Amino acid sequence: MERQLDYVLRTVEERGVRFVRLWFTDVLGQLKSFAITPAELETALDEGMTFDGSAIQGYSRVQEADMLAMPDASTFEIVPWRGDDAPAARMFSDICTLSGEPFDGDPRYVLKRNLDRAREKGFTFYAAPEMEFFYFRSSEEPIPLDKGGYFDLTQLDMVSELRKQTIVTLEAMGIPVEYSFHENAPSQHEIDLRYTDALTMADNVMTFRLVVKEVAQDLGVYATFMPKPISGAFGSGMHTHLSLFEGDVNAFHDPGDEYGLSKVGKCFIAGLLHHAREMTAITNQWVNSYKRLVVGYEAPVYLCWARNNRSALVRVPLPKKGKESSTRVEFRSPDPACNPYLAFSVMLAAGLKGIEEGYDLPPEATNNIYEMTAEERAAEGIGALPQSLKEAIDVMESSELVAEALGEHVFDYVIRNKREEWEDFKTYVTPYEIDKYLGVL
Amino acid sequence: MSGDLLVVFPDPPPPLLAQTLDLGGYRWKAVGNAAVATQHEPSDGWLGAVVCADTDPDDAFSVCRVLRKRDTPLEPILLLVSGAQLAELELREDLFDDFCLSPFHPRELEARLRHLFWRAGRAPRAELVEYGDLVLNLETYQAALDARPLDLTYMEYELLKFFALHPGKVFTREQLLSRVWGYEYYGGARTVDVHVRRLRAKLGEEHAALIQTVRSVGYRFGQPRWAPGGAADS
Repeated sequence: MERQLDYVLRTVEERGVRFVRLWFTDVLGQLKSFAITPAELETALDEGMTFDGSAIQGYSRVQEADMLAMPDASTFEIVPWRGDDAPAARMFSDICTLSGEPFDGDPRYVLKRNLDRAREKGFTFYAAPEMEFFYFRSSEEPIPLDKGGYFDLTQLDMVSELRKQTIVTLEAMGIPVEYSFHENAPSQHEIDLRYTDALTMADNVMTFRLVVKEVAQDLGVYATFMPKPISGAFGSGMHTHLSLFEGDVNAFHDPGDEYGLSKVGKCFIAGLLHHAREMTAITNQWVNSYKRLVVGYEAPVYLCWARNNRSALVRVPLPKKGKESSTRVEFRSPDPACNPYLAFSVMLAAGLKGIEEGYDLPPEATNNIYEMTAEERAAEGIGALPQSLKEAIDVMESSELVAEALGEHVFDYVIRNKREEWEDFKTYVTPYEIDKYLGVL
Repeated sequence: MSGDLLVVFPDPPPPLLAQTLDLGGYRWKAVGNAAVATQHEPSDGWLGAVVCADTDPDDAFSVCRVLRKRDTPLEPILLLVSGAQLAELELREDLFDDFCLSPFHPRELEARLRHLFWRAGRAPRAELVEYGDLVLNLETYQAALDARPLDLTYMEYELLKFFALHPGKVFTREQLLSRVWGYEYYGGARTVDVHVRRLRAKLGEEHAALIQTVRSVGYRFGQPRWAPGGAADS
């Protein structure tokens, strides 16, 4: 530990870093940051920095507004996009109360608690999300880049420049990627992050969203992780590949099984399916998230798993021969506007529950699930994800699993905050209504 | 005359000792008994010795004796002993230059080593580690490639330093995990793969091949090292 602090202090000095940003995340998944000077750094590393938490979503408790940000020195990185003349650096921070206790409202702490639980059972939890997002001309209106033409760069140049700079910046921040550009929807992109342990990955998702937005802004466009910005087009998902390792061994893999899945793997999937409805308010936390979770756009709707059906909630990608350690399950409901710390927490909790209770894995879904009537699906016991934020909160409110995974503080806050959001939306007259009704009623 | 390689007893040494020496930037070779210590002595001699006497005192003292009873006795020798063994040091004062109580604190061990080398009037280790266009400054924790500074996290830096201190040698993931990380880590054994990937990304396409994957074994930094007779050293 001491060496690590030494490393940070010496690097700041040697590289002439002028500001060190302390990053943390509010309960809704927004990145928060404040800057300290190198002179304050040593104290910050030893004792933490005090800040007023009352303005942070989900932190506010009037009687204890002041909190401590304890920088995590292992996350120290030079931030590559501020220019070389006065380099800045960042560290993720853990939030503590003034008495030095971890703060229950800190999403990073929530995830650490859940990872500790997995570790007690001998598991390390890995995650690899596929991040989808859109580039638009501005944040005012969802106008794709390839419409209209007043840009100096052609659309193709622009896209390749965005791609190049985003990847270079991500890699400079130690986030290895696999890029894929796809045209399901105009101006939609996907960048897949190479797997790592879930805590680092949640940090990486926070960094990723900032990098994508910063690079876009530098080039005069707007990047958004809004789940469904355009009606009638594909939405943005955050399909997340999950695996558990016991030491060096992939706990999901069993070479003798017809699906290549071990008992642990099957129970994990069963846990995800069993508790998916309860955790949807976390993996899909906005009113808009539910515009994506509809039939017809490769987004999951029904609680089923399959190897090759891209509309299934859980997909089991076939590992390549000789790559058995890459056995994993892909959970397809989350969207990229979630709080990754909380989303990974509930996914892990659901999977572990399946393992503890030895849930049975239902049979693999066949393609005709979408052609079945509601009654036929009910007869087969195939449920569906919540169809609105309201339904999702109602289901989550009675979930012991989610309450335990998130802890009381975060659980209560999310329920309260999301109810307010729903009330707000419910009383809002939407453009849809004006379009459809004003002229005829 | 002395080289830059410490001789360490026993083989393998306690993990905390290995890690402390690695993190301190020392190059070392573990030996299981006195004969091996003599047989493997580099042509320019050992730099010094760290001998753990707490698990196998007889062999430990015999290693010390062999290293001392030569034409040019080896100096310095640091002995690690448990509290209960202090009485055994009596009449063996000639076998070591200093000792450290085991279990030891890494900072204390490092400080004692530094002090021993200072007294012997020798620089114990290089401050710069170079491999091709890569330079690491162990004093300032900075790494540069083609004179361009590399922005590394602490663990990326330690991993790169470990590789650069042991070019050509193949390490398994477990070896890297125990010698570079050395403590419980959220990432588990796959952490090594993840960090290698991050390092390669930061080294850039041109230099990513500095760290090679050795199939079904682990990783090797730089060119393979050839042992006499042409067999690859693994």
